[in-house]
Amino acid sequence: MVMGDMEMKVDVAIIGSGPGGYGAAFRAADLGLDVALIDPRPKPGGVCLHHGCIPSKTYLFLAELILDARRAASMGVTFGEPEIDLAAMQAWKAQVINNMADGLVNLSNKRGVQLVSGTARFEHANAVKIDGAEVSRVRFDHAIIATGSSPVSFPGTAPGAGSRIMSSAGALELSDIPEELFIIGGGYVGLELGTVYAALGSRVSLAEVQDRLLPGVDADLVAPLQHQLSKLFGEIHLNTRITELEELGDRVTVRFATPDGDQTRQFDRVLVAMGREPASRELGLEHTAVAVDERGYIQVDEQQRTAETNIFAVGDVAGGMMLAHTATREGRVAAEVIAGINSSFDVRAIPAVVYTDPQIAWCGLTEEQAKANNIPVAVEKFPWKYSGRANTMGSTEGLTKIIADPEEGRILGIGITGRDTEGLISEGVLAIELGALAEDMALSLHPHPTLSETEGEAAEIFQGSPTHMLPKKRS
Amino acid sequence: MTSSFRLPDLGEGVHEAEILAVAVTVGQKVQEGELILEVETDKAAVEIPSPVTGTVTELHARVGEIAKVGDVLITFGGEAEDTETPAPRAGQERLQSTTEQAAEPVIAPPAHRPGRPVPAAPSTRRLARELGVDLHLVQPSGANGIVTREDVENYAQSGSPPPLEQKEVVPQTAAEQIAPFLPVAPLPDFSQFGPIEKQPFRSIRRATAVRMSASWSQIPHVNCQDVVDITRLEEFRRRHKDEIRANGGRLTMTVFALKAVATALKAYPHFNASLDLANQEIIIKKYFHIGVAVDTEHGLMVPVIRDVDRKSIKELSVELHEAITRARERKSSREEMIGGTFTITNAGAIGGSHFSAIINHPEIAILGLGQARMQPAVITKDTEMQIVPRLQMPIVLCFDHRVADGADAIRFLQVIIKSLEDPDELLISMI
Repeated sequence: MVMGDMEMKVDVAIIGSGPGGYGAAFRAADLGLDVALIDPRPKPGGVCLHHGCIPSKTYLFLAELILDARRAASMGVTFGEPEIDLAAMQAWKAQVINNMADGLVNLSNKRGVQLVSGTARFEHANAVKIDGAEVSRVRFDHAIIATGSSPVSFPGTAPGAGSRIMSSAGALELSDIPEELFIIGGGYVGLELGTVYAALGSRVSLAEVQDRLLPGVDADLVAPLQHQLSKLFGEIHLNTRITELEELGDRVTVRFATPDGDQTRQFDRVLVAMGREPASRELGLEHTAVAVDERGYIQVDEQQRTAETNIFAVGDVAGGMMLAHTATREGRVAAEVIAGINSSFDVRAIPAVVYTDPQIAWCGLTEEQAKANNIPVAVEKFPWKYSGRANTMGSTEGLTKIIADPEEGRILGIGITGRDTEGLISEGVLAIELGALAEDMALSLHPHPTLSETEGEAAEIFQGSPTHMLPKKRS
Repeated sequence: MTSSFRLPDLGEGVHEAEILAVAVTVGQKVQEGELILEVETDKAAVEIPSPVTGTVTELHARVGEIAKVGDVLITFGGEAEDTETPAPRAGQERLQSTTEQAAEPVIAPPAHRPGRPVPAAPSTRRLARELGVDLHLVQPSGANGIVTREDVENYAQSGSPPPLEQKEVVPQTAAEQIAPFLPVAPLPDFSQFGPIEKQPFRSIRRATAVRMSASWSQIPHVNCQDVVDITRLEEFRRRHKDEIRANGGRLTMTVFALKAVATALKAYPHFNASLDLANQEIIIKKYFHIGVAVDTEHGLMVPVIRDVDRKSIKELSVELHEAITRARERKSSREEMIGGTFTITNAGAIGGSHFSAIINHPEIAILGLGQARMQPAVITKDTEMQIVPRLQMPIVLCFDHRVADGADAIRFLQVIIKSLEDPDELLISMI
């Protein structure tokens, strides 16, 4: 392509360069297709890299260190209060992000993926108009929409840069450590960012509209976290609605309705973590046959194809669990289908992790889903107080549970809470994908002493004679 | 020594045959070459001679049963030497060794848990997708019911029932319908020959192209063309059209055709059906919803008039008129565009004469009406022949020759023609 051309013609135009978009782009390029990857940001990575997964986990690593350091005192090693250098933390975060973004740029260049930095809008089903780039139009045979999602704002507010009413992106700027931080929403975003700020010294108050934190995650997995957060956070209000939110000077007024009555309080900053909505507006979709449901999610089949047969959608904008790894897989499926391969999103165990302290991770069928769909299941739980490794770490509040088919013993789901569950859950994913029985997991050796042993031991309970627990009394 | 006689390969990819007659009984001594069975395949009845000289010890075939190639039909005892006699191909040219074709007797489908995914590693599932294999049909050899890669490969090679059809991807262009070995040349740059204008190919135009490509490539179309003398029907129409108009309807030839078609469909139900290849069934519909092709400025639309058999000419003239108006104003609901069992396309108003039409898949047939014109016609009065001017309307029935045959098509068309030529006939016989 000659510099200065106004138009580009490619096999596949991908709109959005987050995990879904770049996953699709690299796969498509590897399959020999001509790809343009379009995103308003100058470097690929999307929200995940620039304002989501990566910066939050960069700070959560430090939060975990701080909390571990505090816990060491009861084990004989006392650290002093840490010195927090916000500028240095921000620089470190920026370095992490830039390294990875440069890596993505390098991968794009080496694979011949053309990066277009601009905003795309569909003119019809075979072209997008680009604003803000040298290229003014990209024509394509196929398109993949991977525009992701954006945080839901509190009605009546529009958090801009520097606002004290922050979305997750604003919170990750880490402009200051507010003395009093109010968090709206007890989902994973509110809890993870609340953990960061609490570790750094904020007094965190949190409100959730449902009757527990992380509604939708099995209650037994949330209980140890709820217990820890009740000590780490200043206040947790459940069954609570926010009725008013107003920024005034250098404080924010929050009026909220709890079961015990209404409160009106002032906080230094407020984090709105009420969920995310799909970024499907202002894409020009009305010029195509792409169908969007009433909440804005683009409708797709299991090959990620929309109602417009040459346009696909992947990731958050297409609904589903709104996870980066499902977006990447969906992107790869779309790329493969475009390249003529009969691919499909045939995944039996989608894992998810909440990076709080303690962490929670699960995959496959949850107990809540089994109940809701009347699926008969057998559930066995191994409490971490019986785990040697958990005891060495002082992490005995944890739990590993396995959900299996009651007749065959085939593993259907796994849920874990405790330390480092992010590293433990993938064994469960592989087991479910391969169709393993609980017996297979029990008969696979797990090294001692490790946290992964808890998975083998939980599986052993199904066999009737777990080593480190008393067998169930046979009636 | 006993020997088993299995249903031999009958050629041309035939997998099964119906047992028409069993010519022997248990205990009967037969000579090699004597007739033992008669079976019927898709097109012909085949007599099968005995491959051996011996005594019939067991009869496994029963008249009326469908036997699959390789099924054991008769067991012989006595002078036969081999345990497995390769059965002769009954009257067909030998294409490959019959022992290869003597497949395993049909086994019961593997018992997979209903409602649960078939246990198989992701790589096995990917392979199954590529080979078009339905995992539910594969016998698992892995421990605890797990389907292995080898299981999938063996299934794909075994010549078992044809693999699951790939998820129906409606092809984008007619080019995708053409057999893969015919290369489709890319379009030249037409602007080199003169000025051009480009228009987007989408919406109804594209949807029509996709539908037509699918119908054309999948259905063997046969056209039966004829001419209908509608002189009397036209007089009838003129007498009643004002009364109908006052009632909010329009009395057109299409309305009469709706009734005539419904009558014919009741007599010949195979024209009111769909062919289900996946399940090897013909689905005959007991309801009579007829679509009428409407030319609108945004393209071809086919609203469906439901239960034509239960409505009077008066009601149909109103309903059809309203449906056409809605279609032209692009106000048709989704419900009225689906559910049709037959389609009528009337090009007469615009001036078309004889033409062929494309069947509206998954229907079996479509009726086309052309413009009626005054033509000289030969009429026999007593024994004298005269030439008189009569109003003649071309009519064409296009039908799917997989489901219906020419003779029935002509008889079906004759019912329609008779009804339209003789309004009294329409009144007497219409439903």
